[in-house]
Amino acid sequence: MDDLLADFLTETNESLAELDVALVTLERTPNDEQTLSFIFRLVHTIKGTCGFLGLPRLERAAHAGENVLGKIRDKALSVTPDIISQVLMGLDRIKMIVAHLGATGSEPVGDDAELIALLNAIASGQAAAPAPAPVDEFEDLPAEPAAQPPVAETAAPPSAIPTSVVPTAAAQTIRVTVDVLEDLMTLVSELVLTRNQLLQLARTQDNSSFSVPLQRLSHITSDLQEGVMKTRMQPIGNAWNKLPRLVRDLSREMNKKIELTMLGADTELDRQVLELIKDPLTHMVRNSGDHGLETPEERRAAGKSDTGRITLNAFHEGGHIIIEISDDGRGLAVDRIRVKAVANGLATEAELANMSDDQIQRFIFRAGFSTASKITAVSGRGVGMDVVKTNIEKIGGTIDLKNLPGHGTTFTIKIPLTLAIVSALIVEAGKERFAIPQLSVVELVRARRETHGVSESVVERINGTPVLRLRNRLLPLIGLSDLLALGVPATDDSGAYIVVAQVGTNMLGIIVDRVFDTEEIVVKPVAPILRHVTMFSGNTILGDGSVIMILDPNGIARTTGIGASAGGEAKAAVAPATEVSHSNEKSTMLLFLANGGQKMAVPLGLVARLEDIPRDKIEMSCGEPVTQYRGRLMPLVPISGVHDPERAIQSVLVFADRDRAMGLMVDQIIDVVEDRLTIELAGARPGLLGSAVIRGEATDVIDIGYWLTQASRDWFEGAAPAGESARQRRLLVVDDNAFFRQLLVPALGAAGYQVTAAAGGAEALKLRDAGLQFDAIVSDIDMPEMDGLAFARAVRAGGAWSAIPMIALTARAEPRDIDAGRAAGFTDYVTKSRREDLVGALRACLTEPALA
Amino acid sequence: MTVDVQQRPETAADQDRVFVMLTVAGQTCGVPVASVRDILGEQAITRIPLAPPEIAGSLNLRGRIVTAVDLRRRLRLPPAAEGQKPMSVVAEHGGELYALLVDQVSEVMSLKAEDFERNPPTLDATWAAFSTGIYRLEDRLLVVLDVSKLLALSGQG
Repeated sequence: MDDLLADFLTETNESLAELDVALVTLERTPNDEQTLSFIFRLVHTIKGTCGFLGLPRLERAAHAGENVLGKIRDKALSVTPDIISQVLMGLDRIKMIVAHLGATGSEPVGDDAELIALLNAIASGQAAAPAPAPVDEFEDLPAEPAAQPPVAETAAPPSAIPTSVVPTAAAQTIRVTVDVLEDLMTLVSELVLTRNQLLQLARTQDNSSFSVPLQRLSHITSDLQEGVMKTRMQPIGNAWNKLPRLVRDLSREMNKKIELTMLGADTELDRQVLELIKDPLTHMVRNSGDHGLETPEERRAAGKSDTGRITLNAFHEGGHIIIEISDDGRGLAVDRIRVKAVANGLATEAELANMSDDQIQRFIFRAGFSTASKITAVSGRGVGMDVVKTNIEKIGGTIDLKNLPGHGTTFTIKIPLTLAIVSALIVEAGKERFAIPQLSVVELVRARRETHGVSESVVERINGTPVLRLRNRLLPLIGLSDLLALGVPATDDSGAYIVVAQVGTNMLGIIVDRVFDTEEIVVKPVAPILRHVTMFSGNTILGDGSVIMILDPNGIARTTGIGASAGGEAKAAVAPATEVSHSNEKSTMLLFLANGGQKMAVPLGLVARLEDIPRDKIEMSCGEPVTQYRGRLMPLVPISGVHDPERAIQSVLVFADRDRAMGLMVDQIIDVVEDRLTIELAGARPGLLGSAVIRGEATDVIDIGYWLTQASRDWFEGAAPAGESARQRRLLVVDDNAFFRQLLVPALGAAGYQVTAAAGGAEALKLRDAGLQFDAIVSDIDMPEMDGLAFARAVRAGGAWSAIPMIALTARAEPRDIDAGRAAGFTDYVTKSRREDLVGALRACLTEPALA
Repeated sequence: MTVDVQQRPETAADQDRVFVMLTVAGQTCGVPVASVRDILGEQAITRIPLAPPEIAGSLNLRGRIVTAVDLRRRLRLPPAAEGQKPMSVVAEHGGELYALLVDQVSEVMSLKAEDFERNPPTLDATWAAFSTGIYRLEDRLLVVLDVSKLLALSGQG
């Protein structure tokens, strides 16, 4: 017997039992509309399901009964005991058929024409006042289906089977309300916690007489946990059973031929997870059919078979369930996504121009991408892929897509098996302990802080942003105590470990001070007032009874901008800064007070550390305040221009570039905020980029480049590449983005170049005509009026600069873009977010002549 | 039904006049005894980074995680002196348990309705927002705190 039929039987048996009671109630209170409509619904459901399952005899019987009930409901018939008994008789027939179904899996052979005719007669009003003849039949009929013997009349052979089989069929499954299961799960969770506490206690006592029974208790608890978990497990097919129908309707509506293949439907996962992915899955299949697959004509034209194919595949992989939804349709139209992203205000043309196809495709996951105009009868309904993504991330899952234009799209969803009990790594940062779900931890790296020759596990900093070289990849790092603003000053053993976590396709290193062991923890939701802190997925009680927060790597990545909109490659230090200038993007800013109460801000990514330096640690050198910092003298620059030697504790923002550091003395560090930011550049004073409204208050955004030069005039000179002559290499930076220029100039300056900036190609060419000489040009590609390619062609076309190296700087580094760049005359092509690459490329193209 | 009986007006009023007395920054306050689930001594409290400043952290109450709200910070009072060990008044709000950290919990007292007065109009706005009125005790004044208002933290603050 298939599962569907078994479910139907369980449900129908319950309904029938309820119907008996309800009909009797109706007989007593004929005008009780509530009861009547309840009865009607139940019979209707039975009928509907029969039709679906292909049980014609049952359907006909139920239909006849429904007719009568319908008339009663419409007040065309009034309830009389006769009618009720007639309906009850019909029910008995249904019961008989159902019993047979339960026993043999098929409907009994036989005919209910008589009964149906009778019911129809009543329905049509003819038998409202029962004629004598039918009455006779009534007298006969009640006995017939109610007891076993009459069954023999209609279907003799299986008559004995129902008695023996039906009870077992009923006993094999018990329907338990989900609440009971949930309560059980909670209790088991508590038991697990208590067990863990006991084990922890036992560890401190040797040879305790408790240890043996405790071991047993521990095993039993584990088994119990597993058993209860099993009750919550359901095959993923349960979430899929609506899909064949959906796809069928879809193919009719859209005039497409669609074949749905479902693999791994028996893969089991937690009920809670199942419920949560049901809707996203349905939506995605609908999307595939609606947007992904082409019409038969289009498919033929593309040389594919008429029938489009949607494949669902579910399987287990290391504690996760992987669900793939793939179609062999046209794939995502990157051009249309681009147009839509602009139309919906998610990105500007200029931003898009800097993005790879991969990045652009991910716009479909962005909130506000799917809009009302897209709602068709089939797809849409105002639910976009962003909701799908949010729902999947809510349960700790990730979603990724692979697009092969012309060959289809594959979405891969990775979700944890269960949400209730997870294994977690316990770490410490800033004297606090945190749990990181083991599922997202890829590896642990022991890190060294100081550079003593280049080794694999040294944390390096790009303008203060820590990164780690890990097997030839640059891993973005986040200091947990900085991120959570734990405010504990760094000590020698802080930041000693890096937890490498996987978030979607991105890798992320979380810097922690210590790593303890792993522990099974029960995830409990955080209190509602803390829900806005997305960095935590929950909290739990550890074996020692203490409460601990569970970190959510997804939330951390979102907060720090990793994987938010970008694709496979991790964003490096520059990324937040480029976002700063666009009002759509949120950026993280450090707020502080300076100049007697003026609020100021600086992009947090540029600040290496925050320090509070006691007065006696501030010394004077050549009339300027300095402090000893990590074995070197660090110049301190008062942002107000005047150093106040009376302050007991001086708050300092430390900016670092390679091995140099400077401290900017401010009055007070206030907070770290994430906000949309638009910088008004007009009227900027030296040291300030301009003002922005942060948290509703005007805030000055400081220009780090200026303060670096204030710290030491040789800031940009000292770090000149080794082996270079005394003459500084001169660079021309062309970029229309003012904020980006402001960041690039000091960064390149720090790398030893003398930098001039121009806001566009035309402005740059004016410099050429004015006779300025440069050793190399770094140019943005996407600029208004004259873009980078046109600028390069103009430079190469002749004039003083026709032979100097040119480096293109863009976020769009697809092979075809690179080819276009080279054709226009660029020497090299560098991704905008990779400052190191730029420095490397500059060094390469500037030293080449010397080698030649 | 028993619930109805318990909630007869006069009974409810009687209960309303029984208060758990507590002290915060020298001020005697009271919370209706019906809203208090537990009184705890000093507890190990785990800090919650990035939480609103009023949230002192979370603590383990017999296997349940309880969010601790610092009453001093909630009332914009200066922090307690070093070494002072706070006590907790546990109350339920919106199905969740919260622990209000106070300086001292002294006793449970039944107060007379005739001693009740409304907040003086000049009362500081922060206090006025959380207080439902004042009881005149013999030697001091008791501020009745509205627990649900105290715990109605927006989550954004």
